[in-house]
Amino acid sequence: MAHELRGKSAIAGLGVAGLGEAPGWTAWDIMARASLAALDDAGLTLGDVDGLFCAMMEDTMPALYAAEYLGIRPRYVDGTMTGGSSFVNYLGSATAALAAGLCDVALICYGSNQRTASGKLVTASKPPPYEAPYRPRYPISAYAMAAARHMHEFGTTREQLADVAVAARGWAAENPEASTRDPLTREEVLASRMVNDPLSVRDCCLVTDGGGALVLVRAERARDMPQTPVYVLGSAAASHHRQISQMPDFTTTAAKESGARAYAMAGVTPDQFDVVETYDAFTINTVLFMEDLGFCAKGEGGAFVADGAIAPGGRLPVNTNGGGLSCTHPGMYGIFTVIEGARQIQRRAPGVQIEGVDLALAHGNGGVLSSQVTAVLGSAATL
Amino acid sequence: MTDETPPDRVFRDGLAEGRIRLQRCGGCEAFVFYPRVLCPHCHSTDLSWQDASGDGVIHTTTTVRQKPERGGDYNVCMVELAEGVRMMSRVEDVDPPGVRIGMAVRAVVGEIDGAPAIVLHAKEA
Repeated sequence: MAHELRGKSAIAGLGVAGLGEAPGWTAWDIMARASLAALDDAGLTLGDVDGLFCAMMEDTMPALYAAEYLGIRPRYVDGTMTGGSSFVNYLGSATAALAAGLCDVALICYGSNQRTASGKLVTASKPPPYEAPYRPRYPISAYAMAAARHMHEFGTTREQLADVAVAARGWAAENPEASTRDPLTREEVLASRMVNDPLSVRDCCLVTDGGGALVLVRAERARDMPQTPVYVLGSAAASHHRQISQMPDFTTTAAKESGARAYAMAGVTPDQFDVVETYDAFTINTVLFMEDLGFCAKGEGGAFVADGAIAPGGRLPVNTNGGGLSCTHPGMYGIFTVIEGARQIQRRAPGVQIEGVDLALAHGNGGVLSSQVTAVLGSAATL
Repeated sequence: MTDETPPDRVFRDGLAEGRIRLQRCGGCEAFVFYPRVLCPHCHSTDLSWQDASGDGVIHTTTTVRQKPERGGDYNVCMVELAEGVRMMSRVEDVDPPGVRIGMAVRAVVGEIDGAPAIVLHAKEA
């Protein structure tokens, strides 16, 4: 029997703002411009918004700040901070709030000016006291140690990791919204400056400005709105640690659990997805998520992503906007996995439009492989 | 609260005496790190302190690349102690790229930035 929340909410509008560089604009400005774009897309106004879902690095109470800036008084607010996965997580809480009648129009929003304001990842996280003396670089040292362990256990190679970056660049090359579109080869990735072994600078996501927003309503209302509705068929979150030193298994993420629960809720299996949008903060992420989300067996992720298999023309379209590696990464990328998946279903991807997309996976990652949130998005044909 | 000493204090007082002290759960017998008021495995609050053997194996490792003028490259790693707990640390007596997963190490109390901290020394092969 289908889960009672399956398909009960739909994305009715989406928007982006300030992707790449937005000099002089504050993170709040970028969040607000993305929100206005999403509401305009949905044929709604700020006055219609009564549910607000927001995470940003600018303030410890970003949802309150956002409501103040936007001049709205929402009756339902969720500012749960699970890092870059927060916005995928809000698909679940917004769906539940909409279904329960706690709000009627949910706005999920985000903005960041980290590139032009600081030039590096902005984080509000304090170094964990039992890790800080060893000066790990946050967050790359954590991902580097996961990559090293994966290589040790399964023979994954730097060449295979490099092919993740090359695939992302292949998609980005066709996407006018992407920040980095020039050609990239495996050899260039391998020859690029090492940052934290085994990850080089081309194994790392971009540092950009940018914001995104989503408008969600109950499914029956979405049918009468301007855009093709994108239904939330399933969503689930899982977390097994916060600090990397507490990760139970360095080669298996909680995505194995979030994915399985999201698929069960949606009643789908991995082989049914037409596009897969995951959070590629580093090349190892994509390898781990291909395994943990059920696209290949544990340990086979390196071979699965190699040789153009997830690049344009490959066997599985993964991170079709160019991902965090080559499209945009303002610090908490998760909302862009949802935006790209939704646009693919709506036949309006800014870059490569995959033909006949009815089912899309959006997967968010937060912290240091800490929070994993999986969402299943579908067209009306999947209801 | 009780009159017991807070766990982080016990741990840090131990380091100051050159001891690596770990909590052990009376409920499930698992060792616990980092110090806390309950066992994260079985949720028992029956925790006692035991000195670690110091034996460990490198579980995973990275070399943080840094320009020589800023101090040069250094090691950050995860060590799994014989008691089954993992913690972040660094190997002090091996060139960073030479630190390997599976390497046997000895955990000792060293000093980082003027404070006692657990560091690792490679065991003789």
